[in-house]
Amino acid sequence: MTKIATRTAYGQTLVKLGEENPNIVVLDADLSKSTKTADFAKKFPERFFNAGIAEANLMGMSAGLAAAGKIPFASTFAVFATGRAFEQVRNSIAYPKLNVKVAATHAGITVGEDGGSHQSVEDVSLMRSLPNMTVIVPADAVETDKAVRAAAEHQGPVYIRLGRLDLPVILPEDYEFKLGKAVVLREGWDAAVFANGTMLALALEAAEELAREGVETAVINVSTVKPLDTATVAEVARQAGAVVSAEEHSIIGGLGSAIAEALVENCPVPMERVGLMDTFGESGSPWELMEKYGLTAAGIAAAVRRVHRRKTNG
Amino acid sequence: MNQAKVEELSGRAREMRRMIIEMLAASKSGHPGGSLSAVEIVSTLYFAAMNIDPADPHKPDRDRFVLSKGHAAPVLYAALAEKGFFPREELLTLRKTGSQLQGHPDMKKTPGVDMSTGSLGQGISAAVGMALAGKLDKKDYRVYALLGDGECEEGMVWEAAMAASHYKLDNLTAFLDYNGLQIDGPVQEVMNPTPLAEKWQAFGWEVIKIDGHDFGAIWGALEMAGETKGKPTMIIARTVKGKGVSFMENQVGWHGNAPNAEQAAQALAELGGGKS
Ligand SMILES: Cc1ncc(C[n+]2csc(CCOP(=O)(O)OP(=O)(O)O)c2C)c(N)n1
Ligand SMILES: [Mg+2]
Repeated sequence: MTKIATRTAYGQTLVKLGEENPNIVVLDADLSKSTKTADFAKKFPERFFNAGIAEANLMGMSAGLAAAGKIPFASTFAVFATGRAFEQVRNSIAYPKLNVKVAATHAGITVGEDGGSHQSVEDVSLMRSLPNMTVIVPADAVETDKAVRAAAEHQGPVYIRLGRLDLPVILPEDYEFKLGKAVVLREGWDAAVFANGTMLALALEAAEELAREGVETAVINVSTVKPLDTATVAEVARQAGAVVSAEEHSIIGGLGSAIAEALVENCPVPMERVGLMDTFGESGSPWELMEKYGLTAAGIAAAVRRVHRRKTNG
Repeated sequence: MNQAKVEELSGRAREMRRMIIEMLAASKSGHPGGSLSAVEIVSTLYFAAMNIDPADPHKPDRDRFVLSKGHAAPVLYAALAEKGFFPREELLTLRKTGSQLQGHPDMKKTPGVDMSTGSLGQGISAAVGMALAGKLDKKDYRVYALLGDGECEEGMVWEAAMAASHYKLDNLTAFLDYNGLQIDGPVQEVMNPTPLAEKWQAFGWEVIKIDGHDFGAIWGALEMAGETKGKPTMIIARTVKGKGVSFMENQVGWHGNAPNAEQAAQALAELGGGKS
């Protein structure tokens, strides 16, 4: 199976977008080789701006470019994009609803060896809390391509969360991505897993395992965390009666929180959140860390069994 | 600094370079370039200047060191191992799951690490805070920090610079590892931070320019910093990124790539020395 990182897919799509739309400009902060904006920089040097190691200014300049009619894609690691420059994103991008696309790479613990200082486990939470902000967490290269294109077409600020690690492509080329739409990838009536990013493939794996035990589990790709597709989420939850969220992110404020918020108001059912349990990451190889923190197909399956039991035991 | 001390430091520096190569080859990831460029600076601090005790890493009156360019963790870990804060064998666990040697310095995990760093620009602010505490407590410990030249592009560095001179922190001495390179290329091409000496001067710092691989010059600058009253000192150290390993020297590509086994063997052969 071909494996490709979502950051790589982002870099490739940016180049194509650059050809199609002269208004697209790209900014980086001394990480263009890692974020893959270097491909765009090479092709369109006059439309690429390196801010140097200065993330606050990266976001401020992007806001200015957008205010003057450009469509800036601003890239750096997720920790710095959403953490270091949070208030610039808030007050210069989200508040004036400027057309900036914050495309952040190296999200989550699959950053691996660089360790906890570089592993953002809170970026979705931060970005989701901002009014006007759209938040997308693509699961693979196919979805990244479509999400980046949708972000370019959308008027307003978008946060796109990308990863460092090479991942299998799990979605078909003709996968239909729509901003704000959750997609049911697998039907199931016993329980449902809402997942995105790296956890989507693991959720599908878990559903396979659970089916062998007779627990039919739906899997829903919730790549747009905001605006959340509340209608689909509530409908699936109503049918399944027991749900699990799965994300490579803190369970506080991310996908799990978004789903819980939607369900508690619309359709409360037994729920568990799989994610980082209010902890920072650490150095290690990516899959070892995923194992250590329970971000595995087995971890999802165990959570499904628990919610399924809660549902059937009333 | 007398000749015997220079010779001792040269030996330590060679050992530290060997450790850097060995640990990076073992971890298969990490940052050789900016670790190697800072070996003379860090070895002079740990083996000539700083009042520290490996048996008591949290001693309240100790001198402090903040590696503001935290990605150069290997040079710090090499100094700490050589000084006896932990066994040398531990270096080979660098960046592995469960290791106390994280990819970037972690003060909660590693004995001898005074501040967690890795996000550029933040270490120097913490160093300013430590120096402020020293003044407040009327202690005479000194605070040292090491910055990258690319790191000086962060606005926060200049906020810290302003605060340090505002509070007359003559107990704070910083080094600038002026190796001319960052990740995306030469600093002057990516986002020109020069002229650096004039900028630090304008922010109220005493500035000394030296060759960052010359122990005598490093020591001389530290002595001058110790005598300077009423303001912090910035020692701008001209260095070679990747210093000591021919194929890494001045190569931007060796910023954040670990040597493979073959490259490590070549590097170790070039460095010579080594305790058998
Ligand atoms: C705030 C922040 N932005 C980006 C990075 C990623 N990064 C790590 S090292 C580096 C380049 C550092 O260059 P320099 O300060 O010159 O260090 P040196 O050449 O001494 O290695 C960058 C951009 C980071 N660690 N922190
Ligand atoms: Mg440099």
